[in-house]
Amino acid sequence: MNMLHYWRAMWGIIGRELWRFVKQRERFVSALVRPLVWLFIFAAGFRAALGFAITPPYETYILYEVYITPGLMGMIQLFNGMQSSLSMVYDREMGSMRILMVCPLPRWFLLLSKLIAGVSVSILQVYVFLLIAWFYGIEAPWQGYFYVLPALVLAGAMLGALGLLLSSFIKQLENFAGVMNFVIFPMFFMSTALYPLWKMKESSEWLHHLAFFNPFSQAVELIRFALYGQFNSFAFIYTLVAFFIFMSIAVLGYNPSKGMMMKKGGR
Amino acid sequence: MINKPAQQQSSLAIEGLCFSYNGKKALDNVSFSVGSGECTVLLGPNGAGKSTLFSLITRLYDSHIGKLSLCGFDVKLQTRQALSKLGVVFQQTTLDLDLTVMQNLRYHAALHGMSGKLANQRIQEELERLSMYDRRLETVRQLNGGHKRRVEIARALLHKPALLLLDEPTVGLDVATRHSIVKHIHDLVSEHKLSVLWATHLIDEIYPTDQLVVLHQGQIKAKGEIEDILKATETSSINDAFKVLTQGEER
Repeated sequence: MNMLHYWRAMWGIIGRELWRFVKQRERFVSALVRPLVWLFIFAAGFRAALGFAITPPYETYILYEVYITPGLMGMIQLFNGMQSSLSMVYDREMGSMRILMVCPLPRWFLLLSKLIAGVSVSILQVYVFLLIAWFYGIEAPWQGYFYVLPALVLAGAMLGALGLLLSSFIKQLENFAGVMNFVIFPMFFMSTALYPLWKMKESSEWLHHLAFFNPFSQAVELIRFALYGQFNSFAFIYTLVAFFIFMSIAVLGYNPSKGMMMKKGGR
Repeated sequence: MINKPAQQQSSLAIEGLCFSYNGKKALDNVSFSVGSGECTVLLGPNGAGKSTLFSLITRLYDSHIGKLSLCGFDVKLQTRQALSKLGVVFQQTTLDLDLTVMQNLRYHAALHGMSGKLANQRIQEELERLSMYDRRLETVRQLNGGHKRRVEIARALLHKPALLLLDEPTVGLDVATRHSIVKHIHDLVSEHKLSVLWATHLIDEIYPTDQLVVLHQGQIKAKGEIEDILKATETSSINDAFKVLTQGEER
């Protein structure tokens, strides 16, 4: 059991995920259409309704489309994280998860590889989205496109780990609709993806607190600052801690003697 | 109950294994072994506990009672060493339908740490043996049920396991395909000294040379050579022996 084995297995898992993604063109298109609809329709409509004072990391007044772009990048990663958890529940029901679990490597490593594979796919989607947004006229400083990469890795990993965690506790595929209602929508709307924190404070103190502690908000802020060449240390630490917590529970969830397998009451 | 002494060189050794779901016993004090180069058929009706047993061998679940070892490695304590000796064909198809045969096999080879060159060589060997090499570039979706199964058998053998687990691999296949798969597996046992544990409820898949383990309601009702089981149950066919062993004990 050497390092080469780990390396090959990880590339195998990432390669499989990328191939599947390339072969499933509808998935790629729908992953892009969602944020683009928000950008071209929702944001364009809201532009008139919302005015923005200068707020970091922006140095000038900005259009609503510019504000919402990092939020939509986060949205791509949020959906992707949940989609990979959906595919894991599917794989588990269909049995292909077993092929992964039966291979002679530690489970935490297999889950981490699966996570990295999902994050790679989400980053690919985000960059295609950024390219289209650029043609639409939303330009960040050119260095920002490089700085944002590590932020996307961390944000994607945190959201992917949340997906893994959920997949370890969802018993059946049918329960996944609940994830949409109880995880994706609240996380997205209760975040800084669509409106800044100070704007929320004006309307509700509670909403402001919830949005502040929502890990998705911090992931979006990490992306937003990085895209403009700045480092938001609080958002970084918050996202990193959230990643470790989610990942640890997910690994525990897939442990054969403690996790979901035992939830069925097996002893 | 008929007992056969455990062989020295066991590919799989199970001792006193118990497992229950919500207080209901799925496996009750199960003990048997699969010797090196032996084909052992695990015969039992639906719900006998075959799939639970396979989940424990592949360590999808853990049992708190009993011992399970593969080629001398404890499945719970030396999981990775144990799993590296194991090839599995699950009841459901576990191939990626949108990927080609080759991509599916390369993925499996990568999970077992094989280099690209070795993987290609092993894939060619295994696919040629099953007359599937020419179809390696087709997507799995294009294959029929029997061909998918062949690919899964080839995949399970890529890393040269000592023990091959087959969980009702012929379910849903036509008679001719079933026979060819059963024959292929028995050829592997006789020619390559592979050990096989084959779960089935189809009696016509059993060869006279096979070892038999009869599982019913989570308990082992008989184990050993077919001839001995027939003698002990005073029957002349496996079918009758199976009936005798599994009748009259409905809970």
